[in-house]
Amino acid sequence: MPIDDTTADRRDFMLRVLRLGGLSAATLGAGAWLHARSARPVESTVLVADRRAAVPGDPSLPEMVVVQGGEPDPMVRRALAELGGIRRFVARGDVVVVKPNIGWDRGPEQAANTNPTLVASVVQLCLEAGAGRVIVTDMSCNDPRLCFERSGIAAAAGAVGADVVLPDDRHFKQANLGGEVLTTWPVLEPFLNADKIINLPIAKHHSLTGCTLGMKNFYGIIGGQRSRLHQRIHESLVDLLAFARPTLTILDAYRVLVRGGPTGGSLADVELKKTLVAGTDPVAIDAYAAKAWWDLDARRLPFLRLAQARGLGKMDFDQVRTKLMSV
Amino acid sequence: MPHSRSAWSAARRVSQIVCLAAFAFLLVRSEFSGSFRGLSGQVRLPWPVSAFLEADPLAAISTAISTHMLYRTMWWSLVILVPTFVLGRLFCGWVCPLGTLHHFFSSLRSEKKRGKALIESNRYKAWQASKYYILAALLVSAAFGSVLSGLLDPIPLLVRSLALSILPGVNYAAGSVLDAWYQVPSRPVRLGADVAQAILQHTVAGFRQPHFRQAFFLGTLLVGLLALNLRVTRFWCRALCPLGALLGLASRWSLVHLRKDPSQCDTCNKCLLHCQGGDDPIPGPKWRKAECHVCLNCVADCPTGAIAFGVGRVRPAGTTIEAPDAGRRKLLASAAAGAALVPLLRSSTGFAVDFDSRLIRPPGALDERHFLERCIRCGECMKVCPNNALHPTFAEGGLEAIWTPVLVPRVGYCEPNCVLCGQVCPTGAIWEITEAEKVGRPGQAAATPDEARGQGEVATTRNPQDAGGPIKIGTAFYDLGRCLPWAMASDCIVCEEWCPTSPKAIVLLNADVTDAEGRTRTVRRPQIDPVRCTGCGACEYACPVKDRPAVYVTSVGESRSRTNQFILSAAPKR
Repeated sequence: MPIDDTTADRRDFMLRVLRLGGLSAATLGAGAWLHARSARPVESTVLVADRRAAVPGDPSLPEMVVVQGGEPDPMVRRALAELGGIRRFVARGDVVVVKPNIGWDRGPEQAANTNPTLVASVVQLCLEAGAGRVIVTDMSCNDPRLCFERSGIAAAAGAVGADVVLPDDRHFKQANLGGEVLTTWPVLEPFLNADKIINLPIAKHHSLTGCTLGMKNFYGIIGGQRSRLHQRIHESLVDLLAFARPTLTILDAYRVLVRGGPTGGSLADVELKKTLVAGTDPVAIDAYAAKAWWDLDARRLPFLRLAQARGLGKMDFDQVRTKLMSV
Repeated sequence: MPHSRSAWSAARRVSQIVCLAAFAFLLVRSEFSGSFRGLSGQVRLPWPVSAFLEADPLAAISTAISTHMLYRTMWWSLVILVPTFVLGRLFCGWVCPLGTLHHFFSSLRSEKKRGKALIESNRYKAWQASKYYILAALLVSAAFGSVLSGLLDPIPLLVRSLALSILPGVNYAAGSVLDAWYQVPSRPVRLGADVAQAILQHTVAGFRQPHFRQAFFLGTLLVGLLALNLRVTRFWCRALCPLGALLGLASRWSLVHLRKDPSQCDTCNKCLLHCQGGDDPIPGPKWRKAECHVCLNCVADCPTGAIAFGVGRVRPAGTTIEAPDAGRRKLLASAAAGAALVPLLRSSTGFAVDFDSRLIRPPGALDERHFLERCIRCGECMKVCPNNALHPTFAEGGLEAIWTPVLVPRVGYCEPNCVLCGQVCPTGAIWEITEAEKVGRPGQAAATPDEARGQGEVATTRNPQDAGGPIKIGTAFYDLGRCLPWAMASDCIVCEEWCPTSPKAIVLLNADVTDAEGRTRTVRRPQIDPVRCTGCGACEYACPVKDRPAVYVTSVGESRSRTNQFILSAAPKR
């Protein structure tokens, strides 16, 4: 628009000055606002100290139940009946996270992942108790699509109404685990928001600690570069347990991988034990299983002693109220 | 049957859209769906995802020249080739997905192609013969044992560019939007993001974000080729495409002809406006059959009905140039260039003499000489690998092997129970193997497919020394200066934990070591058993020493090679 001396153009000129003034003010304002926002970038973390998943103890009930000689479904139903019934642990409307071991691309008979029938039974029990939502998830080592499918867990748990959640980068939230060696780690979001957490590990051989049991199963709730944890395995395991605080631990020992764990692959390394250990004391359960199948005690497994020292359970499993039975 | 002239070109457009959609569908389905149901516990793809590659006559002919056989379902290509004999280059105009993309980009408005300039640019040009020279060079080099046709063959080119570059880019863009979406502090909004993510995962995006070496380069190449259409309509198809050249040759005796009636023509030139092939449909100059894509636009555009396609003899006689207009001397020169290419490439230190130790080929890959006789560099194996482990090479296998697959364990390892790369490989460069054969379960699959067919001498996926054992793609080694138990008195054993063989190929030995503070302690040090190690790379993938891992795989010991060996083990008892 050419500028000349006519009155109409003077008005145009004033309008243009006004517009320029507005643009300049807006630019300066935006600049000032952006400058005020300037801060050194820090990764956002959610501080989580939500320990409401555990339920109060009851001196009239056992803290650990060992059931032998049956199929997974009757064994787990019997164990829960002895522990006071599933309603003691799961309330109507609860969001329950069931954490099996779904770490490897192996079939059920190879005993590298939790027994799928057992997972389905536990999901069913939770739903019978009125749980609002039962999530089954794990951070697999191999491709989760393969692990969830080959383990039979996706099909078995999905069929009885569980939400089977395959881990995805977007399902992790940075969280402060508040541990001695584990501080800020990405945690699978369902574990941060769950009302109840049911740990559903499988007992397996492992070269570093001799065996991998319930505490080690909590590896699967975190992401990131967790292979670093092995350097301080005992402290890491205790930190994970202290963070997770499961409502209930149900250790699958239907088939036990006695050598070549945690991946296995050869049926010659699998023994049929038809056993299940359930209870509210995760330390006692691990101590019992380590002694029962690998003859390992707290001298060889410092994580048990460390966990007891932090008040997470008792490593002397003969000191806890235990019930042994067969179905 | 369409009746009017424009109905035929509408039918062509429908065919193009359907074929492009089918191509895109099969491409995005080239991924493990996460379900074994109905597939008897095996990781297989329910769709014939390499159908377009298997139906590619150029891939079939060049691998037939180099291997003297047709692999598996490559005879599908006859479905394209034989009709071309009769009907002409129908494939280019009606089927080819890359042709359809070029068609679309050619139709965009362009300053360089308006009015008279557009009509002039659609007349036949002498440079359109280039594609025949390219084809001659590629076929002759195939005879010398190197299938380089895939570098320029439109189907492998499009699969490679989309699968390794464009789709991962789309995936990233969609992921960025999703990330922002998930930041909204409202539960219903985030549930919407969950739904969007599920939809994306089952359509274009795939299960997780893939990354590929050279992705930017490969994608830019495709974009550049498409941009050329803004200057000259379907420049690629007219000047460069070796498959188009092959089909042009094949249409030499076809029965479909353009019939021109000069008496009805008022030389409005409208037949040139939308011509795809640059084949001179206009009455006056002779129609060039080998250039015509049979798109039928000229017939639809003609206001007087002076031109029409007909079946039978050329009428009037002498109005058609039937053979490609390629100079004999230039053809001979390009054939000579093709003949010189392979010996020249192989006179440098290539696969036989000094290859990259990290040239880890996928399981089932044939020995390097037979591999290069077959690999058309389509990238289908890289697309389908669930662990994103396969990447296009640059110079690892010598320049001759550019864009062939290499396993990069740092990005992903080879999943023992997966044989998808061999399932999708259209040419058998990665031979189709079974899981049992791959992991070498005793008592099963002692013979390779070649041995089973009595062709063990021709192409082997494995060294006869370890027949019946697992297929090895390499061997793992330790970098003792970086390994925590070896160099830093620390526990670790992650590599042993991940090792998928049974018994494990990584053994742990107790060692008393002194740490930096002078304390003595016992650590478990890993050591490789080279006979059990399959080179899958799980150890390298899992090693906590992130940037340069303390355990790494090199190709030595790979089953497919008789020379790239280092262990002398006892012969298997048979």
